Amino acid sequence: MGKATSNVLSLLGLSSHPRAPVKEPKKDLAFASQGQLVWHKFRKHKVAMGSLVVLTLLYIGAIFADFIAPYEKNYRIPDVQFSAPTRVRVYEPGKGFSRPFVFAVKRQLDMTTFTYETVIDRSQKWHLRFFVNTDPYKLLGFIPVSHRLFGVDTGYISLFGTDNLGIDILSQTLYASRISLSVGLVGVAISFVLGVILGGISGYFGGTVDLIIQRIIEFVITLPQLPLWIALSAAVPNRWTGIETFFAITVILSLVGWTSLARVVRGRLISMREEDYVMAARVAGRRDGAIIRLHLLPGFMSYLVVSITLAIPAMILGETTLSFLGVGILPPEVSWGAMLREANDVTLIFNYTWYLTPCIFVIVAVLAYNFIGDGLRDAADPYSR
Amino acid sequence: MLRIIGKRLLLVIPLLFIISMLSFVIIQLPPGDYVETYILNLRQMGGIPFEDAYHLADQLRERYALDKPLLVQYSIWMRHIVTKGDFGNSFTYDRPVTDILRERVPRTMAITLAGVLLSWLIAVPIGIYSAVHQYSFSDYVFTFLGFVGLSFPAFLFAIVLVFIVFQYTGWAITGIFSSAFEDAPWSLAKFWDMLKNMTIPMIVLSTSGAAALIRILRATLLDELKKQYVITARSKGLREMRLLFKYPVRVAINPLISTIGWLLPAAVGGEIVVSQVLNLPTTGPILLTSVLDQDMYLAGGILFILSSLTLVGTLISDILLVAVDPRIRFG
Repeated sequence: MGKATSNVLSLLGLSSHPRAPVKEPKKDLAFASQGQLVWHKFRKHKVAMGSLVVLTLLYIGAIFADFIAPYEKNYRIPDVQFSAPTRVRVYEPGKGFSRPFVFAVKRQLDMTTFTYETVIDRSQKWHLRFFVNTDPYKLLGFIPVSHRLFGVDTGYISLFGTDNLGIDILSQTLYASRISLSVGLVGVAISFVLGVILGGISGYFGGTVDLIIQRIIEFVITLPQLPLWIALSAAVPNRWTGIETFFAITVILSLVGWTSLARVVRGRLISMREEDYVMAARVAGRRDGAIIRLHLLPGFMSYLVVSITLAIPAMILGETTLSFLGVGILPPEVSWGAMLREANDVTLIFNYTWYLTPCIFVIVAVLAYNFIGDGLRDAADPYSR
Repeated sequence: MLRIIGKRLLLVIPLLFIISMLSFVIIQLPPGDYVETYILNLRQMGGIPFEDAYHLADQLRERYALDKPLLVQYSIWMRHIVTKGDFGNSFTYDRPVTDILRERVPRTMAITLAGVLLSWLIAVPIGIYSAVHQYSFSDYVFTFLGFVGLSFPAFLFAIVLVFIVFQYTGWAITGIFSSAFEDAPWSLAKFWDMLKNMTIPMIVLSTSGAAALIRILRATLLDELKKQYVITARSKGLREMRLLFKYPVRVAINPLISTIGWLLPAAVGGEIVVSQVLNLPTTGPILLTSVLDQDMYLAGGILFILSSLTLVGTLISDILLVAVDPRIRFG
């Protein structure tokens, strides 16, 4: 007998093996809330759980970028343009193990290829230190701190290399993840409000309102997004501050994003509004708003969560693409796309491959969101087995 | 059937008008206009006195009717498009926009359509295979690749592919033709050269679409395969391949036709990105520069044409769907 069937049987208080004791946690499931059921099922999706961990790490990296990044956002390490990633070592041949260190690095211009080469100088060591002192800054904007997670006592350390200005790519990527990762969340929040309100009106009331909103949605979906995004982003004035531009770009991205959410809400509402319990609530004198909020919303919340999770990576990709094309986030603000803009040169990335570092972050973040969305989709309906 | 087509066609006309208006308004959104940029450049380069520059700017504005209200400008623009097929002049290229469009839009269309077709060609066999061999090793591989395909932004994919090709062959792909064939008349060699150059754009363009299509096809086909009629046909002894292609696949393929509705807009966007990265002479790169330079007639023209073509593509897919699926025709 399959595992799933025996689970069902044990839920009903029966067991496929009459003498086998019914496990306690299984019994709890019978009284669990929907949230607990979803979480229980989601936990079994290993890839999604792994993605959740990865994503949490990425967000921690973004929030505490000040502390984790060895250098400030646009700090240029003097005289180390195009430095290759420095390797942290704990072992030196002939001398055995020691505290973590990096070998000193010298840069030389290769006179035949005219590219900068990083030459390791094995006679000199730069020791890695944790909680090094730096200029004071405010962590999370209000906690005064004057330490960073790691650094070197002399020389410099750049785990992912530096760019043409000597900016540490690891530090910049961490700072960039603040914008890139929050675009998805803020954008989805805006789409969510638009989608739920318009989709809700459309699905609950039906009739002419529904018809008009549906036509608008169909129209918006038919338009090619990217040309529109490009044209709209170009309209964002240059003199706006980083935060204003960020919000403008986010709003532009959500102008298209809300349509799919509205469709989900409408579809669910239409199938649910004919249910007996809705009729009962209406007969009991509940007002429309309360019916939507208290009786209908909980019913399709899980579907909504899935759509939202899957909408976030699309937003992140949108921002990355726009910034890459030069109409999104502009310097001095950094985002992953803005960093990759510089990598649009085959000879450059051929010589300095580490320019592609942010691309790994983009892919990991987007994949993680997609996997989580997939796991949630499987878990969204905990009663199906 | 004819009535449905007629109704759809009638609906397109007002939509085209809304699109044209949207394009024009969006293009006008940035503060200032092209004349300002133009005069600024002139003054920086030629050192024209302020008074003269001011006078010249006024003349230019009058010539292009830039001093009129937005609605008047729009109606002039629209009237010229409808009556003369004239999209105005491009400031930067100093050429009629119509000429530029005639040169570049067919390339964009060809690349986009080829990309969409290729997505299907890739997705249909893989989707069917994945559904029939559910939970097999190759199904997992395809599902995983599909995820990656959806997660990879087009521009990154293009950069990485160009990088890989460059690393192994030392050949930096750029443009539609190699420089040797740029001005050569059409020949088999030139065609072969184009195919070589277009391989990467095609791969990049079709991947994300194919990834999405595989997921949809796999899901619908799995639903169909569970249905009673499949079991009945099997129990009556119909051979598996014949059964598969005669019934469930036909049903599962129909929804794919309606995917043009979002596949096409996405491909138009993908084409812009790929053209920008690989330096293809299509509408993508000039849309970007014209929008940034506020070359409004050019940008507006491109935006209008791209959106209209997408709309027409969607319309064709709607009609195809009606033609193929009798349930929609009579339902």
